[in-house]
Amino acid sequence: MQTGFTEDQEAFREVVARFLQDKSQPTTVRKLMETDQGYDPDVWQQLCNEVGLAGTHLPEEYGGFGFGPVELGIAAEEMGRYLYCGPFFASSVMAGYALLLAGSEEAKTRMLPEIAAGSLIATLVLDNLNSLDLVGQKVLVNNGRLNGAADLVVDAQNASQLLVIASSGDELGLFSVATDSAGIGILPVEALDPTRKLARVTFDDVEVERVGDVSSEILDQIWDYLNVALAHEMVGGAQRLLDTTIEYTKIRYQFGRPIGSFQGLKHRCADLLMELEFARAATHYAAFCLAAGDGEPYVSSMAKAMASETYMNAAKEAVQMRGGIGFTWEEDTHLWYKRAKSSEVFLGTPAVHRERMMTMMGEVA
Amino acid sequence: MTSPEEISKAVSQWLDDNWDQDLSLTEWRNILVDSSWATPHWPEAYFGRGFTTEQSAIVGRIFSERGIVPVAQTGPRRLAAETILAEGNDQQKRRYLRPILTGEESWCQLFSEPGSGSDLAGLSTKAEFIDGKWIINGQKVWNTSAHHADFGILVARTDWDVPKHQGISFFLIDMRQKGVEVRQLKQMNGHASFNEVFMTDAVVAAEDLVGKEGDGWAIAKTTLSYERRLGGVGRSFGSVQAEKLGRVHDEYAKELEVANEPYTWYPQRQGRLDLVLPRARETGAINDPSVRQEIARLFCMQKGAGLASAAAEAKRKSGSNELVPAGSIGKLAASVIARQAAKVHTMISGSDAMRSGPDSAEEGMIAEVLVSVPAISIAGGTDEIQRNIISERVLGMPKEMRADTGPFRDIKRND
Ligand SMILES: Cc1cc2nc3c(=O)[nH]c(=O)nc-3n(C[C@H](O)[C@H](O)[C@H](O)COP(=O)(O)OP(=O)(O)OC[C@H]3O[C@@H](n4cnc5c(N)ncnc54)[C@H](O)[C@@H]3O)c2cc1C
Repeated sequence: MQTGFTEDQEAFREVVARFLQDKSQPTTVRKLMETDQGYDPDVWQQLCNEVGLAGTHLPEEYGGFGFGPVELGIAAEEMGRYLYCGPFFASSVMAGYALLLAGSEEAKTRMLPEIAAGSLIATLVLDNLNSLDLVGQKVLVNNGRLNGAADLVVDAQNASQLLVIASSGDELGLFSVATDSAGIGILPVEALDPTRKLARVTFDDVEVERVGDVSSEILDQIWDYLNVALAHEMVGGAQRLLDTTIEYTKIRYQFGRPIGSFQGLKHRCADLLMELEFARAATHYAAFCLAAGDGEPYVSSMAKAMASETYMNAAKEAVQMRGGIGFTWEEDTHLWYKRAKSSEVFLGTPAVHRERMMTMMGEVA
Repeated sequence: MTSPEEISKAVSQWLDDNWDQDLSLTEWRNILVDSSWATPHWPEAYFGRGFTTEQSAIVGRIFSERGIVPVAQTGPRRLAAETILAEGNDQQKRRYLRPILTGEESWCQLFSEPGSGSDLAGLSTKAEFIDGKWIINGQKVWNTSAHHADFGILVARTDWDVPKHQGISFFLIDMRQKGVEVRQLKQMNGHASFNEVFMTDAVVAAEDLVGKEGDGWAIAKTTLSYERRLGGVGRSFGSVQAEKLGRVHDEYAKELEVANEPYTWYPQRQGRLDLVLPRARETGAINDPSVRQEIARLFCMQKGAGLASAAAEAKRKSGSNELVPAGSIGKLAASVIARQAAKVHTMISGSDAMRSGPDSAEEGMIAEVLVSVPAISIAGGTDEIQRNIISERVLGMPKEMRADTGPFRDIKRND
């Protein structure tokens, strides 16, 4: 199992970072978040065609780059840092992993290459984002017809294909349906974090295609892969907040000195750095474990729990240490603050993940 | 570079030929020191082989697997050894290193004073050069193991008219002399591991000045960086395997009984994470979801800290010059983890945490955790000082305003 990044991986990070630095400045983020779509299709095409990111983690046989969770993590970390707005997480990560892990060979061969190329935007419908134990209770398939609703689906308004984890009898399956099919309703939801678009999706007797089985092991796996990618995004965001906050404390003067010389702030920044170092190390480790198919089973939940708390703590401090300006719309900090808050509760709160860790350690009766 | 296999083979072969449990402890350790297998990470000129950390670890592993008695390592002697190795002259290294390793001479660290703890450079113990010798007057405090020590590493002021960091010198002092008086201090956990040390016209020979006059602060920083890296002076305990027989084992057991005496509570001050799950299961507290949350938090911190320090180590090795202050972050992490562990133990015990002594949980170990954890955020540099270091040196935040510039003589201080 790898314990650090290779030179190639570091170079890959550079490439992604440079692209996003150019394409995802806060002014751009602000423009996009005000739109319904929430992303720039041209930039998405460049991201897919020039940088090839959408297929980073997908196998070459399905048109991907054949990298794994480590490289995906690198890309996600940089996207978190630059607050990239686009259907990457919904389509490549969520739908991509669901298909890869649960889909039939035929479905993978048909859909993954398009997802990897970015020509198909898909998303994964999970009717419960809090806990995987509750997934599938509100979306039910009977005789090939899907009924029910999912309250929060990432980028559903931008997707042309939905992958749905739904109950069918007493088991879960993976179902596929085009968003323009009869009986599907997609209602945009006002999101706390306007940089990640959400919609409520309803299914009224929709004809769906079963493309795979979702055993509880597979559901666990999907949850792990998604959470590890999300944890990377969060670590990148937290680092950005820490960096900009430190810079601010050096240039803002009060009482004749830079506010960064006050211990009340310095010590909290030191704590934040420590926390972030732990969360980052745990997150990278989780990706190394997934890539190697090795390591403790609970590492993904550990990474998500730690990344969530660190990101939120960084966000809270980033506002506080800027004073009044930190609370304004004009200052950029709130963009990351909102991403931090909404990611904290997306795919399991820290408490849910800590309980999952203990369950995996065999400590929950 | 010697490969891991070659190293294992060479150590094993050497042990097959030389390890003899009927030797006296000192005889065995002299042989071991001469073989350079005792401290393979040291340079070849001084009992070592210039090995990397990993290479040394291979040697260490084989020693412990085979139950071989190692060189003496308990207490502040390692700080003394590493400092002398890094900063001492050839004569000092030849005089002092071997008896440290053989265990014939033990050491203490004479740094803190009543008037200067965090502000170590504000020390006021005085050293004057009179008739070819250094005469020392002043008081040190919190000196762990000083009641067992033959020598001390000492910082004292040799010049009062220069800024405080410049007037300090570093000495090796003989503790067994008339001018040195050691008094044990009882701690809040009932143990008495640290001491006050009074020096009244105590004598240090001219050749026991380390470096030059005025170099003391830089040398002390070397010691402190080892201390942070080792995670406190008492970290490496020897342990005796009961079933081992032979003279060398008997003498080793006797040595450890004395040498480990000040450190029996050290594992408790780190929080005894090993007892968390067994206690939680035994008491049924594991069935309480709020307890599980805190246990999981504790494991996240512990695992995260371990992984972060491994990542920092890997970066250092790859030659990256990115600042990774593993020392200060690691020290701060140990405090945070120990505090969380104490919190978890308290939740697990509930009202039983009101008890203490041999009849209380884990033969008193849980109670000892609860009253020992406060030491870890003070000893070896407080948490606040670590945070200052991290924020200034790593994050590059502006320095504190100083009130202690100019000649030391004129600085406000407690005397
Ligand atoms: C168990 C134990 C073993 C020890 N063993 C040894 C030993 O073997 N040899 C030895 O020489 N010493 C030893 N020490 C001493 C230890 O290094 C000092 O206690 C420590 O450095 C703090 O110094 P102080 O006690 O004078 O506290 P002070 O320096 O007076 O600190 C009091 C409080 O003020 C805070 N403070 C001080 N300066 C600052 C600042 N700049 N910014 C923010 N806060 C600040 C501190 O963090 C602390 O909370 C030991 C201590 C303990 C507890």
